[in-house]
Amino acid sequence: MAWIEDEAGRKNASSEIAAEAETAPDLTAADVEVIPPEIFAQSLGEYLKAWSVRIRSGDAGVLPVAGALLAVSVVFFIISPGHLFLTPRNLVFLFIQSSVFIVLAMAEGFVLLLGEIDLSTGYVAAIGGIVAALFVQPKMDLPWPLAIALGLLACAGIGALQGVIITRLRLPAFIVTLAGYLAWFGVMIIIIGKDGVVGITASRYNQEALFGIVGNNIDPLIGWIGLVAIVGLLGLTMWRRDAGRRRRGLVAPPAGLTLAKIGFVAAAGVVVVAICNVNRGKFLPVEGVPWVVPLVLGVLALWTLLLERTQFGRHMYAVGGNAEAARRAGINVPRVRTIGFILCSLTAGVAGVIYASQLGGMTTNVNGGQLVLYAVAAAVIGGTSLFGGRGRAVHGLLGGLVIGAIYNGMYLMGYPIEVQLVATGLVLLAAVTVDSLSRGAGSGSLARA
Amino acid sequence: MHLHNPKDDAMNMTRTDEPAGKSPASEGRAPAHQPAGPEPLLKLRGISKHFGAVQALYRVDLDLPKGEVTALCGDNGAGKSVLTKCIAGIHQPDQGEMFWDGRPIHIRSPKDSASLGIETVYQDLALADNLDIVQNMFLGRERLSGIFLDEDDMERAAAATLSSLHVTTVRSIRQPVATLSGGQRQAVAVAKAVMWNSKLVLLDEPTAALGVAQTKMVLDLVRRLKDHGLAVMVISHNLNDVFEVADRVAILHLGRMVAQDRLASFDRQSIVDFMTTGGSSREVLETGAGQRKG
Repeated sequence: MAWIEDEAGRKNASSEIAAEAETAPDLTAADVEVIPPEIFAQSLGEYLKAWSVRIRSGDAGVLPVAGALLAVSVVFFIISPGHLFLTPRNLVFLFIQSSVFIVLAMAEGFVLLLGEIDLSTGYVAAIGGIVAALFVQPKMDLPWPLAIALGLLACAGIGALQGVIITRLRLPAFIVTLAGYLAWFGVMIIIIGKDGVVGITASRYNQEALFGIVGNNIDPLIGWIGLVAIVGLLGLTMWRRDAGRRRRGLVAPPAGLTLAKIGFVAAAGVVVVAICNVNRGKFLPVEGVPWVVPLVLGVLALWTLLLERTQFGRHMYAVGGNAEAARRAGINVPRVRTIGFILCSLTAGVAGVIYASQLGGMTTNVNGGQLVLYAVAAAVIGGTSLFGGRGRAVHGLLGGLVIGAIYNGMYLMGYPIEVQLVATGLVLLAAVTVDSLSRGAGSGSLARA
Repeated sequence: MHLHNPKDDAMNMTRTDEPAGKSPASEGRAPAHQPAGPEPLLKLRGISKHFGAVQALYRVDLDLPKGEVTALCGDNGAGKSVLTKCIAGIHQPDQGEMFWDGRPIHIRSPKDSASLGIETVYQDLALADNLDIVQNMFLGRERLSGIFLDEDDMERAAAATLSSLHVTTVRSIRQPVATLSGGQRQAVAVAKAVMWNSKLVLLDEPTAALGVAQTKMVLDLVRRLKDHGLAVMVISHNLNDVFEVADRVAILHLGRMVAQDRLASFDRQSIVDFMTTGGSSREVLETGAGQRKG
């Protein structure tokens, strides 16, 4: 019987305990490798050292996605005709194309964070775009903000329906949203007719605004001012928070790391604005940051605040990490999951409106299946785990850029649809493999759910 | 197999209602229970619970006094977890009464139990691996400033609780729980439970799956809870643990409370006998011990 243990053995054990207590922290080398370095590093140098240890242990954080972006860019720069890939003109086009993938990936991120999946986001997005476009048609002629709001509302309703079915009837999300994938495709055809098209044919005011999401650019000077304002505000907030925590003796990253992060954001912003402010017009001057860029950043900021600074966001992480612990902590798990599906569909609606702005409307040719696979791939490439509990809105941004770059590159190369399909499949497979490997590497990895 | 007969009940009641061997047996048998000494923090009387045809608990009495560790023992299926869940508000008993500081109470939900100050530490189920220690300790009860989380305040409070319990081996309270050892995880789960001004802590198999050093750390923690004046109930299979930390022992067998007394009234063999057969032939030793103490 397990509890019968001889006295001598216990004596031995207790002396071992004493010895161990002296050498104290009962941390093994493995622990050091998986603790995020920023929480114990005292200086930037120490941080970098701890970081390199962590990367070698398989938990690489943002590194794979940065590497993927670099690799994709280099490859397409080399093989694209006339090295078109890295021209300002194409890069701005890439940002615009990527915006749909980025926002869809952020949408999918909500359900992936819960350890679920939503296969219907592609067609839900299309429905959002269609509803918005329908309400600005001449016979309706609602003002565009209202039309967009109605489109988003329709999407949120779809999310609520699917979420309630999944949580209340306890059906697997995979099946319910697969049903949604088919059903919303059908609904879309019913709304706009077989081989149908709904164009943004509307009053000038509405048309300007809706096409303008991707078509209009911010005046270059205002672009720079906006960049300084955003980076300044963000940098000040980050610095004040970290410095305040350091002063009060709370866990905070070293000052050098905070500065490095702010510097990185500023540099990225400068590069983007500089690229967009180059005149990319062939006959008339076209310059400035497209409006879709601040729109995407706004969605990113909103969802980052929601996930990382609010109680609801904390509960989403808890449900994704350990639903049973969340339930025992008094969290209403079905409610959190339902809202997760609503937020997913709502955000997909935003992507749909951006997509409609890109296409100048919406057609039944939209490939919702490919869109959803790109969205999942983008989120996972960005660092969101398929297994729940790990993911941030910024992962959608990073992964969406990678997917956008691949998509854009294949477009430049004029690859036929069959090659694109194979490439999509391989990219998704690669992303999931990376996720699964990083989950397996280091038993204490964050993704262990 | 176990047939119910009144004699059994009388025997059980005698033992059950005889705290520390102080109260006369006749008083203990009286239907209106007169406690000897201070009123226990939580007192259960005649708790029964069945699931369909299965009688999980039958007229169980249990006292959980302040500042003492009560070990709840029993073989698999004895009803330990059903009893715990009744106290935690997850199950509602079919019959019986509960008294909190002498007042009759009804615990209908986990919220009721939490608002009384009862916290349950479930084995390995209480923590989300992907969240850090502070986030886990405040899970479901986050502090806010405005609409946003008040991380600074939570971190300070979590650090204060951990240091008051002498949990000092964790490297940083911002490290994810996934990076902690089993003992550290259990310590965090316990600290989480005591953060909330709790008065009664129920620990479900706190040392199962722990190494020797980690077991010691958790048992030290249990002793500290007691020193803080909390009532503690430890559900355990492990007799080493029981003899290390318990002040009182309560033993369930097939849904009945077959023995409940001070630790000194038992030895290993008598506890094993009660757990496996519902009775013990070593009555002589038991009463002897009781008398010595009294």
